[in-house]
Amino acid sequence: MSALNTAPCKSPADLQERVAAALFREAEAIANRATKVTEEEDSRALRYLERKLDDFLTSRRTGFLLMTALLAFIFWLTLVGTNYPSEALARLFSWGEKQILAFLGGLNAPLWLQGILVEGIYRTVSWVVAVMLPPMAIFFSLFALLEDVGYLPRVAFNLDRLFRATGAHGKQALTMAMGFGCNAVGVTACRIIEAPRERLLAILTNVFTPCNGRLPTLMALAALFAGGGLAASLLLCALVLGGCAITLGVCYLLSRTFLKGLPSYFVLELPPFRKPQVGRVLLRSLLDRTALVLVRAVTVAAPAGALLWVLSASGLAAKAAAALDPLARVMGLDGFILLAFVLGWPANEIVLPVLLACYLSAGTMVEAESLAGLKAVLEEHGWTHLTALCYMLFSLLHFPCGTTLVTIYRETGSLRWVCWAVLIPLATACLACTLVAQLARALGLVTSLFT
Amino acid sequence: MSRLPPGQKAEVRRLLGEGPLKFRLLDLGFVPGTTVEAVRRSPLGDPVAFCVRGALVALRSKDADLVLVEVLPGDQRRGACP
Amino acid sequence: MTFPQDNRPKTDGVVALVGNPNTGKSTIFNALTGLKQHTGNWPGKTVSIARGTFRVGAQKYLLVDLPGTYSLRAGSPEEKITRDFLLSGRPHVTVVVADAGRLERNLYLVLQVLEITGKVVVCLNMLDDARRRGICVDVRALEEELGVPVVAAAARQGLGLQELKGKIDALARGEISVCPRRVKYDPDIEEQLAFMSGTRWLALEALLGQQKPGEGSWVERFKYCPV
Repeated sequence: MSALNTAPCKSPADLQERVAAALFREAEAIANRATKVTEEEDSRALRYLERKLDDFLTSRRTGFLLMTALLAFIFWLTLVGTNYPSEALARLFSWGEKQILAFLGGLNAPLWLQGILVEGIYRTVSWVVAVMLPPMAIFFSLFALLEDVGYLPRVAFNLDRLFRATGAHGKQALTMAMGFGCNAVGVTACRIIEAPRERLLAILTNVFTPCNGRLPTLMALAALFAGGGLAASLLLCALVLGGCAITLGVCYLLSRTFLKGLPSYFVLELPPFRKPQVGRVLLRSLLDRTALVLVRAVTVAAPAGALLWVLSASGLAAKAAAALDPLARVMGLDGFILLAFVLGWPANEIVLPVLLACYLSAGTMVEAESLAGLKAVLEEHGWTHLTALCYMLFSLLHFPCGTTLVTIYRETGSLRWVCWAVLIPLATACLACTLVAQLARALGLVTSLFT
Repeated sequence: MSRLPPGQKAEVRRLLGEGPLKFRLLDLGFVPGTTVEAVRRSPLGDPVAFCVRGALVALRSKDADLVLVEVLPGDQRRGACP
Repeated sequence: MTFPQDNRPKTDGVVALVGNPNTGKSTIFNALTGLKQHTGNWPGKTVSIARGTFRVGAQKYLLVDLPGTYSLRAGSPEEKITRDFLLSGRPHVTVVVADAGRLERNLYLVLQVLEITGKVVVCLNMLDDARRRGICVDVRALEEELGVPVVAAAARQGLGLQELKGKIDALARGEISVCPRRVKYDPDIEEQLAFMSGTRWLALEALLGQQKPGEGSWVERFKYCPV
């Protein structure tokens, strides 16, 4: 073997090798002169501990189990921790609503103005803030801690074999993790995947990771649907893992049809574990999340709320919902739900508030800022367990929001891929919901949501 | 290099192939004369993490095979891992 | 990737921040700029280029957080951005963040940067972490070897940041003279380099066949760069 390295080097590639070797030789020499390595008992113990921890996190027996358990644990903590701040915020907002109504009443403002301002804008914004902010603040703080410790690259390391089997890249796991925050960010993050084919796969399937705008809705529904914290967190975990499975499945299909090609290379550094800077990380992610949710609430939810009030007050919403109803029934949903998803296209945050507004304008007036209120409204409109499940599936799998589509266009530079980015998830969502609905009906599994 | 069992140390002799992967491997420190150690396999067996110049780098076996190595006796301490 | 063309902040100098991935580069960026930055990143990965400002006395500097790279040569998008930005000549000072616990592989990048510019401050980060692992780095010895200022830091604990700011300022004002370390390549490579014009880095790139001579696209692309 030693004969191999004495072969004469003339091509640029061999020059590259020699230049790199010279640089490393120099680096090594400098490092050796400037550093002193001491073999203390403590440092050896630390290294041993890290090795054991890494073995544990990536071992055949515990690696996958631990990933799932961690995910479920994070969901559980979020669900449990959300209740109190959500209630407090809801109470604050309903107090605010009374003040605003009293103020507008004092000014003798016309009823339609009160409707737009309070029922349209104020309620939508307060829903988005009260229901979205607490779970997001908790979930992302925990997630940021995991990232800070250095766990996420281990996830990519564990999962690369699965991704490779579907023709995708292990770093896609990292982009999916970022997709939890926002699919637009996840799509941008796909830049870390160098091979264009694999990057496109990651971009097209990022939407199957529930983002900032969908996760809290899923959490709220899971809490209603499954009851207690543990069951709800397991349900959420199952949903997210289902999303991952569908991601892999879609990647597999795409790699064998539109995006054929050989897998490229996978090089990933597994950084050493770091003691997390708990205080700083928590503060930072808390500030970031709060800012993001508030900005989205004002820029997207407020205008959407106003538009929606007009739509529903004029009766257009009911007509559109009636037209969509037959199609929706096949998928285990109803016309209002489909309409809400279409109207919620600019941002997923507003899908549930839109739905509630539609429901409310069609019938009784219920305050829907707390989970209890939500439960009452859904009950009123005949939701079953199946409706809730199909809603969650559709929410998990449906087309990406407007911002994400713009980002996909920016990253791929082609409208063709934007179209695919809409069509693939839409087809998947319709298919999955129809399958589940028809199966459940055939087996007679449809039960009332609240008994 | 993909055939190194976990815990085995070896010395890089030569890099095969061309293109971006070779440059990437060079920049990560897989240059001739470097001591590397196979550290662990991922749960499904394929990417393997190697220790090279103080960092843990995961490579798929197909890519690791571009690095030709010569196995070192087990007690060599140079290039120990973090 | 293009640099945004908008509102160029008024500053007294541009400071580029480069380093290997996982060296705490973004921690340093956050610690130096506080909340005065333009884009937020998901923790852990610099996806877009973040810019922010910081002050040393009366001087105000623009800090540009370039993506983490192992090298300036290979051709991945991050490496290209970093290389192009350094070659564009915009930064008055370049800070290279190095992990004290894995000095050797970090010096690989430092030595490459030194071939482009001598106005470099090496920020030796995570010294505390390295010490826990039984690795002690002699900062003065390293400074002597490299010929540029070296600052010891533990950014996560907020240590060494004031000294880093001071060194950046002093270097930008020309109060520190540098004598950057040059790597000696094999004799035949050195012989060819001696016959080529331009900086050592560009000559080497031409020799390696990466940049076609006279292409100069980086100059064009950065002519209108706002920073």
